[in-house]
Amino acid sequence: MSLWIKNAIIVNADKISRKPQDIFIEAGFIKKITASSDTPQTLSKGGAVNSIDAQGKLVMPGFIDMHVHLRQPGREDKETIETGSRAAAKGGFTTVMCMPNTNPVIDNGMIVKAILDEAQRVGLVNVIPIGAITRGQKNEELSDMFELKEAGCRALSDDGKSVVNSQLMRLAMEYARMAEVLLIEHCQDPNLSGCGVMNEGRTSTLLGLKGDPGVSETVIVARDIELAHYLNTRIHLAHISLKRSVELIRFAKSQGIRVTAEAAPHHFTLTEEAHESFDTNTKVNPPLRTKEDVEAIKEALKDGTIDCIATDHAPHTEEDKEADFDHAPFGMIGLETAVGLVITELVDPKIISWAQMVERMSAAPARITGLCHKGEISEGKEADITVIDPHREWEVRRQDFVSKSKNSPFIGRTLKGCVEATICQGRVVYQREGVPGL
Amino acid sequence: MIEWNKHSLLDLRELNKEEIEMVLETAKSLKEVSLREVKKVPALRGKTVVLLFFESSTRTRTSFELAAKRLSADTINIAVNNSAMSKGESVLDTARNLEAMNVDMIVVRHACAGVPNLLAQNLKTSIVNAGDGCREHPTQALLDLFTIKEKLGRIEGLKVGIVGDILHSRVARSNIMGFTKLGAEVTVCGPSTLMPPGIESTGVKVTYNVLELIEQCDVLMVLRIQQERQRDKYLPSIREYARMFGINKEKLRHAKKDILIMHPGPTNRGVELSAEVADGEYSVILDQVANGLAIRMAVLYLLLGTHGKAPAGE
Repeated sequence: MSLWIKNAIIVNADKISRKPQDIFIEAGFIKKITASSDTPQTLSKGGAVNSIDAQGKLVMPGFIDMHVHLRQPGREDKETIETGSRAAAKGGFTTVMCMPNTNPVIDNGMIVKAILDEAQRVGLVNVIPIGAITRGQKNEELSDMFELKEAGCRALSDDGKSVVNSQLMRLAMEYARMAEVLLIEHCQDPNLSGCGVMNEGRTSTLLGLKGDPGVSETVIVARDIELAHYLNTRIHLAHISLKRSVELIRFAKSQGIRVTAEAAPHHFTLTEEAHESFDTNTKVNPPLRTKEDVEAIKEALKDGTIDCIATDHAPHTEEDKEADFDHAPFGMIGLETAVGLVITELVDPKIISWAQMVERMSAAPARITGLCHKGEISEGKEADITVIDPHREWEVRRQDFVSKSKNSPFIGRTLKGCVEATICQGRVVYQREGVPGL
Repeated sequence: MIEWNKHSLLDLRELNKEEIEMVLETAKSLKEVSLREVKKVPALRGKTVVLLFFESSTRTRTSFELAAKRLSADTINIAVNNSAMSKGESVLDTARNLEAMNVDMIVVRHACAGVPNLLAQNLKTSIVNAGDGCREHPTQALLDLFTIKEKLGRIEGLKVGIVGDILHSRVARSNIMGFTKLGAEVTVCGPSTLMPPGIESTGVKVTYNVLELIEQCDVLMVLRIQQERQRDKYLPSIREYARMFGINKEKLRHAKKDILIMHPGPTNRGVELSAEVADGEYSVILDQVANGLAIRMAVLYLLLGTHGKAPAGE
């Protein structure tokens, strides 16, 4: 199969093409990139290849989300690999890494293989399972890391909770270093967070909701930085939500400690005041923080202290979310709103550039997880490509989500910037209705 | 007097000064009903009030039920065991079923903050918060304001102390809202581990010195301390709590001569309040209970009655 993307302004993390380019794709790879003006007329007249006209659009390397929950196996009523893949494609993501807190937990090669097989059958985006650090995510013994890696995992995490026992985390980091697999930590000391359902502070006091103090995140951030330093290995910190965490990470990086970090769109767009309505779709873990924290996360995405943006896409059924605030589950969907939120809140106000957006959403996650053929549009790379309309405004509407769950606090919001088409391994896996071409 | 246009009573945070005063005025004229030989007026005849309690309660539930009955409304009591609930039907579902039976009001108490708001957002029925988690207990604060006004003639300028487990207290939160809106000066006092973060932002002062507090207070509100705070490690022991923060005659030696001692009940006698003080000359605890009935009648009347005015001469 071959595909021709015409008149593309190509945005890579390090460079934006000045003149329109034509991208030729064959067998899932980018075969050739030429200036559009050099493309032979015969080719543009012939109907031999499928083509997309990207005139006026930005063409970026496909986005990579290091942090999603696809709920399969176990909670197929919330999401499946199929519906999650569709949501990813619509959101401009060509690769998603799914967290292991499924039922059963992704802690052995068989489950990894089953997920990869199902993703293959669905055939939309690349799905890469993340294995558990501890067997059954029970915080007792290490999972078989080599087996998980051989089956296809690039990273391991006990996401949903920290590896609380510091000795166990030390051993996990040492073993993972040998197995050459990335560890992703969910930073939250469960004794400090207790039954907290929102950020602890003035607003939790007013609302009478149990608070989870920010220090429950920062003590684990600090601990893991110290372990990474001591063991001379690396660690990736999931969904960083606090100014203090950013400061700790910035300090660690200045010392040459190999720590990387991600932030979720809701942590640079929403504050704890969103809970005033008791809307359970705003309930998320780590919790929404203060304005000061939101500003710090934005700053960290600008200066690179936080390496990448990951959605923490966490689908929940309406039945589960239609509970009181204490009993509703944590989490919100994020795949279909991420691009709009990043453009509206970060790129449009000139906090980050288009190239930085590509760095945070594609190049950095590719580098961190060792996907060396992704994260860049250049000849020889895999043809994972997202086409963006930088100007188009759209309203987030409940009925437009293709994810099985609709638990988004952004419903009703108008966003600027939208995904026009998503191409995964050379195949068009999503195209916005009304976009010409093909 | 202003128009009453609230359909539900969810918290004191949403009421302004005028609305609070309107409830107090209305309660004043309705208090008299309970002193008659026939303790009933037909104001809410044909209305149905459901008391939906997910937490056990004697005084508040009885008070609401009596209030409804004295206004001639029909009442239904539903006490739901929380643990049985958590697995089955949701709170909202239960309430939707009640609404389908055309009830006019649901008075709800629940262990989770925000449940009354959840119901009010999704139902057309009038909702009254009878206590939601650690958030608010608006009728308690209203009856406290009423009692103080009755005894001291004013709220504005008074120095009010609230002593105890502020962190877990919905009574404290509602009272802070009410007192500050009516111009009283509030100081909260209790163990540092039971002081909610950022409480100063509500306009109150914080002290850990109960004697200093007692010296300057016109009103001292004593909160119930739950035995499980020791088990949850907030307190070294209930014994030490009683020694440091328990209000007894000895500690009251430096109090103003006309200080009012209040307690939302039920009291742990000998822990947060000595029996001597609870039954003593400064205590208005039973007045609070009596006034609770009048306040709840006022709330029901304003929310369900022919809206707009306080009942003239009823």
